[in-house]
Amino acid sequence: MIGLPHIKGRNLIKPGISLPLMSVSKVCFFASLGAMLASLLLFMFVGLNYGVDFKGGTMIEVQVKTGTANIPDIRSKVSGLGLGDVQIQTFGTDKDVLIRVEQQSGGEKTQQAALSKVLDALGDDYVRRRVEVVGPAVSSELRTTGLIAVLCSILAIILYVWFRFEWQFAVGAVVALTHDVLVTVGVFSIFQLDFDLSTVAALLTILGYSVNDTVVVSDRIRENLRRFKRMNLDDLLNLSLNETLSRTLMTSLTTLVVLVALFVLGGAVIRNFTFAMMFGVIVGTYSSVFIAAPLLSYLGVKRDWSGLNQGEGSTAKQ
Amino acid sequence: MLHFSRWKIVAIVLTIIAAIVFALPNLFSKATVSAWPRWIPQKQLALGLDLRGGAHLLYEMNITQLRQNMLKNLRADVRKKLSDANIGTVGTGIVSNGVQTRIGRASDIAKAMKVVEQLAAPIGGNFLSGNDTRTLKVEQRGTQVIRVTLTDSGVTTRVTEALSGAIETVRKRVDEYGTTEPIITRQGANRILVQVPGVHDTQKLKALIGKTAKLDFYEVHPTGVSLASPRAPSGDYRSFPASDESDAPGRFYFLKEPPVVRGDQLKTASQGFDQRTNEPLILFTFNQEGARAFGQFTASNVNRPFAIVLDGKVVSAPNIREPILGGSGQISGGYTVQSANELAIQLRSGALPADLTVVEERTVGPSLGADSIESGRLAGIVGAVLTIILTVWIYGTFGIIAALGLVLNGIIIVALMSVIGSTLTLPGIAGLVLTIGMAVDANVLIFERIREELRGSKTAIVAIDSGFSRAMVTILDSQLTTLAAAIIMFWLGAGPIRGFAVTLSLGIFTSILTAVTIVRFFIAMWIRSKKSASRDIDVPI
Repeated sequence: MIGLPHIKGRNLIKPGISLPLMSVSKVCFFASLGAMLASLLLFMFVGLNYGVDFKGGTMIEVQVKTGTANIPDIRSKVSGLGLGDVQIQTFGTDKDVLIRVEQQSGGEKTQQAALSKVLDALGDDYVRRRVEVVGPAVSSELRTTGLIAVLCSILAIILYVWFRFEWQFAVGAVVALTHDVLVTVGVFSIFQLDFDLSTVAALLTILGYSVNDTVVVSDRIRENLRRFKRMNLDDLLNLSLNETLSRTLMTSLTTLVVLVALFVLGGAVIRNFTFAMMFGVIVGTYSSVFIAAPLLSYLGVKRDWSGLNQGEGSTAKQ
Repeated sequence: MLHFSRWKIVAIVLTIIAAIVFALPNLFSKATVSAWPRWIPQKQLALGLDLRGGAHLLYEMNITQLRQNMLKNLRADVRKKLSDANIGTVGTGIVSNGVQTRIGRASDIAKAMKVVEQLAAPIGGNFLSGNDTRTLKVEQRGTQVIRVTLTDSGVTTRVTEALSGAIETVRKRVDEYGTTEPIITRQGANRILVQVPGVHDTQKLKALIGKTAKLDFYEVHPTGVSLASPRAPSGDYRSFPASDESDAPGRFYFLKEPPVVRGDQLKTASQGFDQRTNEPLILFTFNQEGARAFGQFTASNVNRPFAIVLDGKVVSAPNIREPILGGSGQISGGYTVQSANELAIQLRSGALPADLTVVEERTVGPSLGADSIESGRLAGIVGAVLTIILTVWIYGTFGIIAALGLVLNGIIIVALMSVIGSTLTLPGIAGLVLTIGMAVDANVLIFERIREELRGSKTAIVAIDSGFSRAMVTILDSQLTTLAAAIIMFWLGAGPIRGFAVTLSLGIFTSILTAVTIVRFFIAMWIRSKKSASRDIDVPI
């Protein structure tokens, strides 16, 4: 460590800054409620563009051997097969094509028959890159487990936050999480992005990430509650948010930087996943500052922490 | 917090060295690594099918068909038991979930019950539980009727057995296909997962795996050769359709149950050619038992036809010109070299207990896999470099130390995954890259805390020390919640998602190790090197 140069860092945010985050958040809070409601309505009335994982059906990615892919030609070849709704689009580059065939009625075997038909129709001009066929049984199982996974994660997080903090913190965390999940789902609904298993994985990671942020802010609030026993609650929340702001921003920044790298360079297959993650990180950062903490102001919080949690109190005073 | 005992220092240094040694093989090609001396670790990261290319096929066994087969066998067994005991029956038929038989004379019923009850085998010899579960339930109904029903546990046992049998058969077939390292595993009660690296044209593989390939040789009814419409079963005879490739597609044969010889009495099967027409066909030999039965049958049925039935369809019905005593024969009828070879493999590997249907297929071609590795690697490097630049720019010299921790973090994850043999998938790469971004969080928490403490005009060492100890609670709190999400993902997730969950949770453990312990160790070393120079230190943060 002797050879390391002496480099002074810089502050992302001016130390001791006191932005009126709480006043802003009270406005934001209602905007967020509106966004959640809008997302819920979108989900109910517009719905999601489910991928083959959840809807069943066939997805084939092919690459043209020479030149660029001829989409109209593929469309004319495939649409004559009588396979119902078929979507054909370029994927990543103009050489790659994604063909999606809806789930065929008549059970598992008909999905395989549809796959064979499409592959035969494409002929030798294209190389198969990826084939995914999900039958009705598996897709319905994946729908169930996906939903259970999201609900279980939220439940686990509620229990954890409740156990570590007061119930008011748990409520704040849950509203923040629900907000993040709902708004992400809303965006997937507006742009009709593919919603598949990897999107659920992204949602779960967002949950973990968002609660991470919320926990860091809550930790600071609890610490300040012990330190400033007489400070007005709103001022105390505002102080805590400001104190943790540079950490919140820095962590979001480093996470976003790698996500952007993955989004741009990581290939088309995981682009949907990285998009969901990027959006979720931004929303998750927002929600821990502008939703979880302000909720505490509405719910109120226990002010006398002297009798409890001696162990944690003593670490803070070391 | 800044004091490190000697054994702790040794442990940290050993961990770093071990991580580097175990991660090292991944930098070289497989051929280079295998040429190394034995004592150097050679295990490389196992790549998932989405990265190395290959087929993932999830099969489901047709339980309805299996149950029907069970009922047919049960009917045959009941008939045989009764006729062996010289008990006349009026009729034996399949009812909803069992077999019902009507005895000719009411006086025989007690004897008949006794005989039929011998068919009911006990399940799982756990006599301690006192649980006398049996495969069948035998009841007397009225004075002349006996009903035999399949019990639920009997069906479950049979399904489990059938699935194990099917896995063996599938394994033999995939092995014959000539691929390397196929993985064939049971999934749930009635599914089989077949993962075959390197195969991306799955049409042939699927044709080979999914077919039941149940071969039977039947006696043909003296008058009933090639009827235009199916005839209702009478006595032991039943109608079988001709296969589309046979001489008489659309026709039906009237054949005598049970078959003379069954497919499991075959010894070998291979593809060959007809000596006269050069047409591809399948050559087979029976085992001893099959050869004897077939020899006896052909000897007494010269100049009459017999039928070769594959999966319930008549492939051909040649005339017996002379007794076939050698125990070998051939099946012809419109085969190509490929389809004859396929059938030969299927016959060699034995019949499946029931049809297998593909319920999920995920196949990745080798070019996409290679592209994914390439783009994943590029994104990882660029992401790491950007994170390092950002960290050093904001946290100066301590940022460099944190960046060092990050690099070590990556190395430790790769080393761990290589050692435990966990599979790296494309979402796994995403998890790895994401871990890099999120692992800095622990150091961000610590460094921000140190800054706050420094502003509170504490001395450098006290500030650094309390920065680490105070941030610790927060770090644990925040990482545990991500771990909870990752565990749930692993628990419920399918295939590639699990890969993501694995790297994410490994990353949580290693990032606590690197960001907290190793970075703290480096900072302590740095302080030690400065301490001698002046009394208080100018913290470069």
